[in-house]
Amino acid sequence: MQYRIFKLALILLLLPLVSVSGLSVIRAAEPPAPPADFRAEDVPGDAGTAIDLFWTLSPDDQPDLKPRKVLRYVISRKEADNEESKFENIGEPTYRVNTFRDSNCEAGTPYLYQIEAVGQESLTSKPVVLNEPVIASLQWFNLQRSWFAVFVVLICGSVIVFIRLARSGKKLKVRKIAGLEAINDAVGRATEMGRSCLFVPGIQDINDIQTVAGITILAQVAETTADYRAQLEVPTSRSLVMTTARDTVEAAYLSAGRPDEYNEDDIYYITDEQFGYVASVTGKMVRDKPAACFYMGAFYAESLILAETGNSVGAIQVAGTAMPTQLPFFVAACDFTLIGEEFFAASAYLSGEPQQLGSLKGQDFGKLIGGLLLIAGCLIMTLSSIQSRGVAPDNQEPTYLQSASNYIIENILGKGGFK
Amino acid sequence: MKRTIPLLISAITGFVLIGTAFIPLFVDWGNIAMSWFNLLAAFAFILGGGNLLKMQLQKISAQQPGWGYAAVTLIAFFITLFVGLAKVGVHPNVKFPEFAWSGDYLQEDGVFWWLFEYIFTPLSATMFALLAFYISSAAFRAFRAKNTEATILLIIAVIILLGRTYASVWLTGWFPDEFIIGESGIKYSDFNLQNLSEIIMEDFTTPGMRAIKIGIALGVASTSLKVLLGVDRSYLGSDQEA
Repeated sequence: MQYRIFKLALILLLLPLVSVSGLSVIRAAEPPAPPADFRAEDVPGDAGTAIDLFWTLSPDDQPDLKPRKVLRYVISRKEADNEESKFENIGEPTYRVNTFRDSNCEAGTPYLYQIEAVGQESLTSKPVVLNEPVIASLQWFNLQRSWFAVFVVLICGSVIVFIRLARSGKKLKVRKIAGLEAINDAVGRATEMGRSCLFVPGIQDINDIQTVAGITILAQVAETTADYRAQLEVPTSRSLVMTTARDTVEAAYLSAGRPDEYNEDDIYYITDEQFGYVASVTGKMVRDKPAACFYMGAFYAESLILAETGNSVGAIQVAGTAMPTQLPFFVAACDFTLIGEEFFAASAYLSGEPQQLGSLKGQDFGKLIGGLLLIAGCLIMTLSSIQSRGVAPDNQEPTYLQSASNYIIENILGKGGFK
Repeated sequence: MKRTIPLLISAITGFVLIGTAFIPLFVDWGNIAMSWFNLLAAFAFILGGGNLLKMQLQKISAQQPGWGYAAVTLIAFFITLFVGLAKVGVHPNVKFPEFAWSGDYLQEDGVFWWLFEYIFTPLSATMFALLAFYISSAAFRAFRAKNTEATILLIIAVIILLGRTYASVWLTGWFPDEFIIGESGIKYSDFNLQNLSEIIMEDFTTPGMRAIKIGIALGVASTSLKVLLGVDRSYLGSDQEA
């Protein structure tokens, strides 16, 4: 009897569980509801190769629903003007994602897109097809960057104008840069001590503008070492930098009238690996104790290791880089540091060629434009924020200043362009 | 001629790459130019490897100071090259089990992977770890109060160092959250080390860094133009033969 009562109680207890789980199986077997508001837009400012798709998530695509009713969305595409064309799968964004970029379009071809939500057991929702075909069109100019283009033309134009002015014989005054004045002293000291000069052109390849700037400084340093008959060593971390540096140093020795003193083995490749390169260069420093060390190029974490080792062997050190994060390390550990723009000005400064000095004046003009824009922007933003104080945000016509500040944010700094 | 052709190549490539920022049609050309650079860099790597061997062999044969390191470099170079090329310890790909060399050379448990994981990575980490000691020695020198500027630097450095650690809470966390004078908007707690360090970083360091970055951007533009227009040709070497 007791056994029967126990069995009955057990069945009564398990019944709701079985029915609930059975229900959930039935629920999971249902296809999910389709997504809504499916639309497509041509990506602006591209070569007509991409279309952006947007949709509202399926009502069943809920984050707290377990198991998930929507696992992914399936996007398909077909050519609208081709009757034989069928919808083909082009991508499967996952759940909770409501955008997709089709980057494989042909400019001028009308496309129709279809989206389906896919749930458990690969059950798919009713497909949603675009109402109208969409065409990816080629833009000859990226209008989103029109303001940027204006500034580029202004700054580059001013550089070119000043180069031409300098070529025509106009005298240009350039302030003294202590770090560059020290190069001659450093090489002279190395010559007197009978020790070598070490030039480190950074750890990036020749496609980095900092490496190019470093190599142009190397040309001047090499000319000085050739003049003073000091030994110059250039360990590189990239093969292309080695070959470029060899050509540059050879030309510098030739122009100094000492081609016989040039030894290509003084410019050598070590390794592409950052810390392997550092280990080799610092080892060389400790063994050879160079009297002058130049660090000119792109540097990362190795900057301080190199500069501190150079300091410990008593070398005069001149560094130049455009890596803002490494500048404090060089300032702390080196005798002279070329900060940012000084580093790029070094080649013109050292060469003394009027046309190169003209480029520095162009840079100054760029700074003037930048400064004026900064002041104008700060004034407009400050005044517009003062104006909008205490005014209810709704039902207000934007004032002239507020419109101007919005234009700066959205069109000049943002992607609005000329609108 | 030796300088004209490279100058032309660099000018055309450079202007195409600038054009990619504004003209969508140029994007593909820019990608092709970058692929060519990668190809060149790959070939130049052979040149670099050859130079490395030559220099190390010279050091060993002349028994220059530190020639032992050159021997270690050479041995490591050849072992790694052999292990990588011969795919030592690499299992064949599951799709092509009959081909012994079909596995990926970077496959986990392969000898090349082992060399990378258990020799190369710890050695790199060791070099990187040295940085901590060098930061201490550089900071010690930089923060000596030799003159007014160095003293200001020292004070600011102490505020930042303490403000970014728990010491700031311990030392100044008790500053009351009350106005100093009436409802002036300035509280005692505004002067705790944590807030001071944030003010220094946001109101002084950030504008300074931005100014440096603007200068760098202008310098990059100017240098690029000089290179592309052929005003600065020093990186191209000489037309004459030495």
